[in-house]
Amino acid sequence: MTLHAPSRRELLLASGVLFAWAHMPRAARAEGRDPRFLVIVLRGALDGLAAVAPVGDPDWVRLRGDNALRLDGDTPALPLDSFFALNAAMPNLHRMYKAGQASIVHAAASPYRERSHFDGQDVLESGLTKPGAADTGWLNRALAALQPASRVGGKEAFAVGPMTPLVVRGPAPVMSWTPPRLPPATDDTVMRLMDLYRHTDPVLARALEEHKDLAMIARAGGMEKPGQNKGPRPQGPGAAIRAYFTEAAGTAGKFMGRPDGPRIGALAFDGWDTHADEGVAKGRLAILLGALDDALGAVESGMGDAWRETAVAVVTEFGRTARVNGTAGTDHGTGTVALLAGGAVKGGRVIADWPGISDAALYEGRDLKPTTDLRAVLKGVLRDHLRLDERALASKVFPGSEQVKATGGLMMTA
Amino acid sequence: MAVDPSTDSHTRAALALHRFGMGPRPGDIDKIAHDPRGALLAELRAGVKPLTDPALVDSGRAARDAFAFQLQQKAEREAAQRMQAEAAANTMAGGNNAMPAQPQPKPGPGVPQELYLTEAQARYQAALDADIGLTERLVWFWSNHFCISADKGPTRPICGAYEREAIRPHVLGKFSDMLLAVETHPGMLYFLDNVRSIGPNSFAGVRQHKGLNENLAREIMELHTLGVRSGYSQTDVTNFAKVITGWTVRPLKRDEEHGGEFWFNERMHEPGPQTILGKTYPEDGDAQGRAVLLDLARHPATATHIATKLAIHFVADTPPKPLVDRLAKRFRDTQGDLMEVTKTLVMSPEAWSAARTKLKKPGEWTIAAMRASGLPLTDVRRIVNTQNLLGEPLWRPPAPKGFSDDSAAWMDGIAQRLDIANQVARLVGNTGTEPDAMVDAALGPLASDDTRQTIKRAESRPQALALLLMTPEFQRR
Repeated sequence: MTLHAPSRRELLLASGVLFAWAHMPRAARAEGRDPRFLVIVLRGALDGLAAVAPVGDPDWVRLRGDNALRLDGDTPALPLDSFFALNAAMPNLHRMYKAGQASIVHAAASPYRERSHFDGQDVLESGLTKPGAADTGWLNRALAALQPASRVGGKEAFAVGPMTPLVVRGPAPVMSWTPPRLPPATDDTVMRLMDLYRHTDPVLARALEEHKDLAMIARAGGMEKPGQNKGPRPQGPGAAIRAYFTEAAGTAGKFMGRPDGPRIGALAFDGWDTHADEGVAKGRLAILLGALDDALGAVESGMGDAWRETAVAVVTEFGRTARVNGTAGTDHGTGTVALLAGGAVKGGRVIADWPGISDAALYEGRDLKPTTDLRAVLKGVLRDHLRLDERALASKVFPGSEQVKATGGLMMTA
Repeated sequence: MAVDPSTDSHTRAALALHRFGMGPRPGDIDKIAHDPRGALLAELRAGVKPLTDPALVDSGRAARDAFAFQLQQKAEREAAQRMQAEAAANTMAGGNNAMPAQPQPKPGPGVPQELYLTEAQARYQAALDADIGLTERLVWFWSNHFCISADKGPTRPICGAYEREAIRPHVLGKFSDMLLAVETHPGMLYFLDNVRSIGPNSFAGVRQHKGLNENLAREIMELHTLGVRSGYSQTDVTNFAKVITGWTVRPLKRDEEHGGEFWFNERMHEPGPQTILGKTYPEDGDAQGRAVLLDLARHPATATHIATKLAIHFVADTPPKPLVDRLAKRFRDTQGDLMEVTKTLVMSPEAWSAARTKLKKPGEWTIAAMRASGLPLTDVRRIVNTQNLLGEPLWRPPAPKGFSDDSAAWMDGIAQRLDIANQVARLVGNTGTEPDAMVDAALGPLASDDTRQTIKRAESRPQALALLLMTPEFQRR
């Protein structure tokens, strides 16, 4: 795949999948390092307990019943340590973990404690303590606080218009790239729409019901850029989603792995709002986690040698209810997981001040209680990997986080 | 979903934008809420905006440019074939066997498609820029009523110019002026084969033993004016076809200055008087046909036909009879003054009280989606491709009858619309608008509680936007 500096037109159309910064951080450079940092935002709220399950917790099976990941059965979870196990859909992450190149932070959350996606995403991406009022994101402010050592290659950096996601919006110039393959409408969107149509417009409900499967087959047409080679049509359940994740992440990896490529990037994947028929082991969530796992693998191989100096952080706006709801899904919750992967990560560990999942231990009687502030994790990565100084982290990147100490020891560079 | 005309002005404003316009942009509902009907009338009074993009050229020039391009392509193909043949001969003779460089095809879509896309861009931009969009909707309505197809013969480079020249200037003028402009336009003469229709007793007919093509004459009566089964006979059609023989287009091959323009070719024209619907029209060159068209425009069946189509398009698949009667009467009373007919539509209580059961056609919905979401028009091919996918390819109707105005015809495409909605949402991205504000701006009080809840509960702003564009309130008008 050839990469090119995006044209103005592409920027205007950018959906914000990869936003990257074309500078090397100076402080890290002075140590002879050339670190890469990629943030992957999962929008919709990932069920952390279904991704990384506390199989050693005595309350676990009671809590999730048939939906609990287990070490035995049809699709046994992949053990991480004596207490936690990883969803079987994520063999790449498991391999990285075993190789000491991935860590999992559990029972983590942003400072946001309500349960609105939009507000939760605002807080996650803005790095502020409250929703609203934000017009810049923490990653962009981190870029602005980093002293650029030199511009990488001759690549232009672009000021991006109002369509960029909040996490990279701000004063530091960023460039963007949008994969030619647009993500497919998820089954979740179809389901929500069917529900609305059934209640309000039976004629539309019937039309959508009869034709949605047909449309799935015809998908990938429409508003894609004409004349672009779309490649072979993916096959099998979730194939379109997997192909999209892999292409977006793989391109990010290739792009950032080049000597003249950008060093810092962000991309976002939607679809994690699993209210019904969550499909932890075989269904929808398993497909999504599998796609995310493919994406991590694609970043790794795309980065090539640069993987050694890479940290990937996977974050989501909040978690989901600890218990399964009445429709075999989970509703909006609080504590969840964050993932760190890459050669620069001091991995092979699940980092958690485990709150327990007994009825009494749950946050507001329903959610995994957050015991780790996500900002502490991100501050730790930004400080130790990119050498952002603590003052800038507390005042500019995550304002109001003076009391939240950066987590040490997450990276190979202490 | 019925809207009581006495309901509050914000509901009426949202209705005005969806039913009569191109859909609200953020702020539009508030802007016209003080007097929604007055705002529609004001837009009518301001008149239809001409398209002013300097890249737009008149249909004669477009036809000549496209013709020159095709000649050049042919010459290049022939030159390439000659070179290949020579090289092959050379090789056979044991000479230098280096193959000559293959001529590379020119990049880009070619002149006819470029002209098509330039026109499409201007047309869509006008729809996106319109305050409310009633006049643009009228352009679309009449363009579909008098449709031609870019897929037929040499019409692709001129189908946009056709709309700009024959339709757009007349949507608030006299129906008879539009009718005359349409039926004498090269686009229509090519599309319905009149360029080749020859009077059997004309100079050319006698010499070439060629004759009539009734296509245009029949469709003028059946589709453009009187309506099907409105009392004309096969003899009327045949006689009318004779009257308009000689209405053709100057040949591009022989006329570098005026090729591709309307031409009354007397040598193809059937001489003599003709009787149509009981009235005899004396021989008078092309004025004979113009006289027939004026009478067809004045015919009471035409008034009913047009009134019915307007009411079906704007109000309901089965429109209220009093509304159709009122529009038809106004059409007759004003000799087809379309400004007056459209005003009557806007003033009619039925046009406001009818339930919102009509499904927006794909083009209306796509433009409404872009207006609601603020997605700019950066590459017109995206919209053109979308229209293709949704079954309403621009200026390419399946038949001379045009695209259906019946909601049922479009219902099956709803799943494809979901893909487009999703893609629009991804292109817009996770921008700051709150879901509630999104609903207020796009639907205002038209949004049901279910709809508001569904959008509020979306997992992300892109999903909220995709769902909003798919809600029954946004799909219907």
